[in-house]
Amino acid sequence: MIFSKRFAVFVLRFLALGASISATTIMITSRETVEVLNIKFEAKYTNTPTFVYFVLMNAIASGYSLILLFFPAKNKFGHFILVLDLIMVLLLDSSISACLAIGQVAKKGNSHAGWLPICGQVHKFCDHAAIAVVAGFVASILYFIIVLYSIHNVMNLFTLKN
Amino acid sequence: MASEGVEKLPEVGHEQVPVVRSKVDWLVPVLRLLAFFATLSATLVMALNKETKTIVVATIGTVPIQATLTAKFQHTPAFVFFVVVNGNASLHNLLMLVVNFVWKKFDSKGLVPLAIASLDLMNVVIVSGGVSAAAFMGQLGRDGNSHARWNKICDKFETYCNHGSGAIIASFIGLTLMISISTISLVRLRNTYNKIVLNSSVGV
Repeated sequence: MIFSKRFAVFVLRFLALGASISATTIMITSRETVEVLNIKFEAKYTNTPTFVYFVLMNAIASGYSLILLFFPAKNKFGHFILVLDLIMVLLLDSSISACLAIGQVAKKGNSHAGWLPICGQVHKFCDHAAIAVVAGFVASILYFIIVLYSIHNVMNLFTLKN
Repeated sequence: MASEGVEKLPEVGHEQVPVVRSKVDWLVPVLRLLAFFATLSATLVMALNKETKTIVVATIGTVPIQATLTAKFQHTPAFVFFVVVNGNASLHNLLMLVVNFVWKKFDSKGLVPLAIASLDLMNVVIVSGGVSAAAFMGQLGRDGNSHARWNKICDKFETYCNHGSGAIIASFIGLTLMISISTISLVRLRNTYNKIVLNSSVGV
């Protein structure tokens, strides 16, 4: 029973590692150059600090997962790892939320502020960034499941009735 | 025998038990009260954030044409999300503050600490999403984005921007407090159930 729990956590962490690494790489490689009326538009992820933040958070989360995959399961750092897991979920969720906010402005614009939508001109970049955000969303959900699973493992509900 | 071992603190003298208990028990309620005030103020400041400005757009002859522009928080979905999330978090903090003192009468299965810890966890995650979205939208409003040809708006609507940044700072403070509350609750949960497992295994 202990082995199956360790195996489940290992598989979850492995999937989360894959999701966050793919989110990082997809966002880094999203780049598009468009020529409109002899003006060159180049859309990179570094144009917005939001996407840079997204890449940074996913890189931190994947590094953390990579280190934790090789940790022995029964150690005395259990509390610390739980808190770090919570912090990772926090950071990932905040990066996703910020990307969604900026993406919404890019797709629909904001008529009150006079901001025109740019996804019409650089739609390949927009799609690429959207795929990266989806991968980041999957990574965020997986990390959340890991935290819930850790809390569930901490207590066995059937020992409560005493 | 195993159930009695859970209630006592390990290896303290019989006179010292009430002192240690009461020193630790007030930490989480105080933090919750502060977090409640922080998120409540963030909600209210952002919800009442509005600025109207009349600017001269053009001049025909000698008659200036004026346009009235309003900056409201509803114009930006990120700020709407921010208000909703902070309202939810302040309500959650208030409820948990009340539950903290009265849960012992209603709990027959011992699930209430787990419920409190899980709800805390979810609220922390959601509040972090709201704060981060509002902060990045605020940064966009303050600095604009030259690559996307988006002009900054904070030089025209200074009061709006200042109130917004005040609300975001208050929410960040509330978020920090909620993170510490959640961490303390999770660590205590783990300690309590480690003790249960230890005592029940020792008893067996």
